[in-house]
Amino acid sequence: MKAILVICSTLLSLSLFSQSGYKIGDKAEDFSLRNVNEKFVSLSDYPDSKGFIVMFICNHCPYVVAYEDRIIAIDKKYSALGYPVIAINPNDPEVQPGDSFEKMQEKAKDKQYTFPYLFDEKQDVYPKYGATKTPHVYVLQKNKNDLIVKYIGTIDDNFADATKVKKRYLENAIDALLSGKEPNPSSTKAIGCTIKKK
Amino acid sequence: MKKKLSVSFSLLLIACVIFTHKNMSAQIIGINELKPLLSLQSDSTYIINFWATWCGPCVKELPHFEEIGKKYTNEKLSIIYVSLDLERQYQTVLLPFIEKHNLSHKVLLLNEPDPNSWIDTVDPVWQGSIPATLIYNDTKRAFYEKPFDFNTLDSTVSTFFINQ
Repeated sequence: MKAILVICSTLLSLSLFSQSGYKIGDKAEDFSLRNVNEKFVSLSDYPDSKGFIVMFICNHCPYVVAYEDRIIAIDKKYSALGYPVIAINPNDPEVQPGDSFEKMQEKAKDKQYTFPYLFDEKQDVYPKYGATKTPHVYVLQKNKNDLIVKYIGTIDDNFADATKVKKRYLENAIDALLSGKEPNPSSTKAIGCTIKKK
Repeated sequence: MKKKLSVSFSLLLIACVIFTHKNMSAQIIGINELKPLLSLQSDSTYIINFWATWCGPCVKELPHFEEIGKKYTNEKLSIIYVSLDLERQYQTVLLPFIEKHNLSHKVLLLNEPDPNSWIDTVDPVWQGSIPATLIYNDTKRAFYEKPFDFNTLDSTVSTFFINQ
């Protein structure tokens, strides 16, 4: 009996320590989220894409703001190659009023976003992915009917200055996938803003 | 000879960081100067808080660290605020902020690109969001990737004094 208790508590604490959310190689679920144009968007709306660049971003976080132009450039380049950006705001506007749906609409209009900017209103998509901050990027690659997670992490190695970027982590990952290779590194970390939970 | 000089310099810097009581100004450091501060061998408890002036939840919890410093003034406790503000805003933003908010503990601006190369050095559990706080002494070490309210910070910090 004592042994069972020890084993159970060990397993429980191990599961608490391990990161929840998708790992490289996992199958990603689709979703249906409201876009800034009021229409609902799902990944199944893109039957011809090779995959997706799912990005958890928001309106207010300075780390996201610093990357906005780079995100637009990445969408322009890679949607043509089969990997469109799908941006999702995971934050609760009651905690962070700057991240309300109306503010998302303003942002998308001001910056002329070329990609869907979706609202994770029920906050049930970002926990499935395991996003912990903004920005947090997940590259999905289609494999028959499945969406496989191939890269998790950040966009590049210098949020503050686009001219000083040395490692284009995200672009390198997508380029690898486009040439039939595995991204390396397949996961990276960066500083970002916490996700504002209800 | 070069290696000995840089080791001596690092030790001198660490000594200055730890033993300066009044907050004159922030120092700008790189990851090589931060690393030794993450595992100092002494009978003190160290609180290393990662924050930035533009980070709302970070700014909100700073007074709690100040209160903790005052509350545990009889314990061996060192608090270090590691700012992730931009180096180019050191004069214009960080220094005025420190003065305005009366931060009485050491502030270090970590100026090191490519966080992917050093986040795990601070703690492999850290996913990169701020605020985040490392608390350690020679019997206990833990990393908290979350903001603290005063009571939670107080009860957390007091667990580090139990075996001291």
